Amino acid sequence: MTDVLKPRDAKEVEDAVRWALAHDKALELIGQGSKRALGRPSQTDITLDLSGLSGVTLYEPAELVLSAKAGTPLAEIEALLDNNNQQLDFEPMDYGPLLGGEAGRGTLGGAIATNLSGPRRLKAGAARDHFLGVTAVTGRAETIKSGGRVVKNVTGYDMCKVLAGSWGTLAAMTDITIKVLPKPETEATVVVEGLDDARACAAMAAAMGSSCDVSAAAHLPDHVASYFDGLPRPEAATALRLEGVAPSVVHRKEALAALMKPFGPVALLEEANSKALWKSVRQVKPFAGSQERPLWRISTAPGKGYEVAAAITPAAQMFYDWAGGLIWVAMPFANEPDAGSIRRTVAELGGHATLIRAPASLRASVEVFEPQSAGLAALSKRVKDGFDPKGVLNPGRMWAGV
Amino acid sequence: MSVRMPEPDGAVLARREQIVKALRTMVPGEGVIASTREMKPFETDGLTAYHQLPMVVVLPETTEQVSQVLAYCHAEGIKVVPRGAGTSLSGGALPLADGVLLGMAKFNKIKDIDFDNRVAVVEPGVTNLAVSTAVAHAGFYYSPDPSSQIACTIGGNVAENSGGVHCLKYGMTTNNVLGCEIVLITGEVLRLGGKHLDAEGYDLLGLVVGSEGLLGVVTEVTVRLLKKPETARAVLVGFPSSEDAGECVSSIIAAGIIPGGMEMMDKPAIHAAEAFVHAGYPLDVEALLIVELDGPAVEVDHLIARVETIARECRAVSVKLSTSEQERLLFWAGRKAAFPAVGRISPDYYCMDGTIPRAQLPLVLKRMKELSGRYGLAVANVFHAGDGNLHPLILYDSNKPGELDRAEQFGSDILRLCVEVGGVLTGEHGVGVEKRDLMPTMFSEIDLNAQQRVKCAFDAKGLLNPGKVFPELHRCAELGRMHISGGKLPFPDIPRF
Repeated sequence: MTDVLKPRDAKEVEDAVRWALAHDKALELIGQGSKRALGRPSQTDITLDLSGLSGVTLYEPAELVLSAKAGTPLAEIEALLDNNNQQLDFEPMDYGPLLGGEAGRGTLGGAIATNLSGPRRLKAGAARDHFLGVTAVTGRAETIKSGGRVVKNVTGYDMCKVLAGSWGTLAAMTDITIKVLPKPETEATVVVEGLDDARACAAMAAAMGSSCDVSAAAHLPDHVASYFDGLPRPEAATALRLEGVAPSVVHRKEALAALMKPFGPVALLEEANSKALWKSVRQVKPFAGSQERPLWRISTAPGKGYEVAAAITPAAQMFYDWAGGLIWVAMPFANEPDAGSIRRTVAELGGHATLIRAPASLRASVEVFEPQSAGLAALSKRVKDGFDPKGVLNPGRMWAGV
Repeated sequence: MSVRMPEPDGAVLARREQIVKALRTMVPGEGVIASTREMKPFETDGLTAYHQLPMVVVLPETTEQVSQVLAYCHAEGIKVVPRGAGTSLSGGALPLADGVLLGMAKFNKIKDIDFDNRVAVVEPGVTNLAVSTAVAHAGFYYSPDPSSQIACTIGGNVAENSGGVHCLKYGMTTNNVLGCEIVLITGEVLRLGGKHLDAEGYDLLGLVVGSEGLLGVVTEVTVRLLKKPETARAVLVGFPSSEDAGECVSSIIAAGIIPGGMEMMDKPAIHAAEAFVHAGYPLDVEALLIVELDGPAVEVDHLIARVETIARECRAVSVKLSTSEQERLLFWAGRKAAFPAVGRISPDYYCMDGTIPRAQLPLVLKRMKELSGRYGLAVANVFHAGDGNLHPLILYDSNKPGELDRAEQFGSDILRLCVEVGGVLTGEHGVGVEKRDLMPTMFSEIDLNAQQRVKCAFDAKGLLNPGKVFPELHRCAELGRMHISGGKLPFPDIPRF
């Protein structure tokens, strides 16, 4: 049983890291622990629970900025924004149900540390693109700040970028400032039905290359279509979301439907169904039920999505987001993530694969994150050493020795 | 020149002839420039108050050459200053007397235009505008549009994380770059990112963008392409006070509208621009807003009507909607010519670049007016109002003794003021040499040391572009040391389970 330290403020986080340094203890950083089962199982002595650092400290809707302590529940922030007709434009997905946990948990710090995003990634970016400023405690037990509360800032290195997606291996964030944006007035989705994967990727490329300002593009093959909400029929659906002011959405819906007609039969989803559909895409719903199948997340060039998928065993279940650039793949057999073939495919076609779900024993023996070239691995290690030379923060969570 | 650069290394300078000879074996022909006359054009960048001849200029053409030159400089302990088009306004490409100036201008090819993935792969010496021009036939463009876009290069944009007037809606360089090839000072060639959307492992690309040439030399960049909006319209709004204009900006955003561009000018800037361009700007107002909406015509018309209503509610005294593409461009012509327009009314001007929380604008303008009186120098303001990025133009005459120094001090005071109200030293021009010594107003020594440790991970000998960004250079060995103290958990009352 690991001990848990639960600091109440940023100063106590610094104290905890200093203590860990002095005693050669490794810390596991968690917020609400919703993504705890993701990543390499790291060998830590003590859990540093940051959920005690909670609360929104600044919110100025007209300035599009929000600051909160890192342990603030994401749900609390999303509710506050919603009340002000704003949102997190990066549409953070929820790993909870995918990893066998509850939905709706997770903290702002966790969302940033894992660089969450959602279907809107291809238009609005990921958490990294909305992360303006930070205060964090490095593995040297030093409190650093970077960035600020303004959108446009090039003062010094963009340390926010390297902290986003560092999985708590570089620093324990204590205070975070993000950009927030207005919620679109309405949305609708154009669905092309019955396409095979190759044709669907071509349709999505055509839609993304139009001036319809598509804010999400997913292809849901027929073997998983029934898991998604809001679809007219449980068959292959290539879904394209439009958001904005009502007259614009109406106009673009017509234009996009006309553009998609040559690809196949077109159906239209109004706001409620559109919202339901994209929520289930965002939550990777087909793979959130049973925990049996090992789950991969593959990021590649959108135009390569189909080729990557075609190289994977047909017994796998999968669907595409980001116009084909993100593939969620559930492998057919428990305990067999087939890492070798996935890695070979990705190495050949470009991009990277992350083993999102597998038993801990497998995540210890199979690389969870994409293995890096020797040069890149060495550089990553040097960056880690700059922040956390003794390896007290989430050691080994991403790669062994980092 | 008030900023002190690192002391030139006498031992390196003594070997100059030998170094030039060695470099010629790596980069043939005219790629190595060593004569004073021919090096003259490289002695300064867009921050022309500063100039320094480099030891030698090298203009490589291939990644292999860059790699060889850097590996050689690394082995020999020679400093290297990378340079794109030299349009930096913060002295980022200012040469060093004992350094190699590595000009990337010959990397001028567009390698791949990939509409299916909506990306272009370009060499760093390609100009910003050339990317948009190359894809315009298919209705695409590259969205970051710094004012210098006709001349500035993509490599320089990556180094500076360049912005432009459309950042609020479309992001800066960092949001529009997916991958790069980078050569480290050791000569090692690495690939970061690619055509896919997110980083594998640490977001090192995110660190490289905006690193001002201190981390590596970029030899290839993958940029995102966007489809051009169907149409765009602008509205020109005059206000009796900057407070009213600021309130209008806030109200537009609070109404859920993110315009493609939203620019503000103060009275001196309006007058200078109107006299130069005759854009039809109202002259009897204290502040002028240009708000541009882009998208399908039906959306633009819908939103521009809402903006007009909001503007009138915010006490606008004049509201003018562009009724043709020609008129829209004319509205912008005045804004885009604001710098040269100010150049017409003053022998010299010094352009600043702070960002402030927008609500602080009236206070900042008021304090700036006081400073203007104190320094006896006029100031005109143009402002990327949507994102709070302020460009005060300080008017001075370099032929009058002491005026440049006064302008620089005035500028420093403005930037300190930006930080004081919760803003930052630079929104898009970079720290370079210009704001280097102001870094401690924003960052503690601990903050700066953490940044320098990132530098150490990329360039342990500190040979790439030293003297820029960081006011004080520490040895990496010294930065790496740790002093551990704290024998027991210093907060025994902390809840433990």
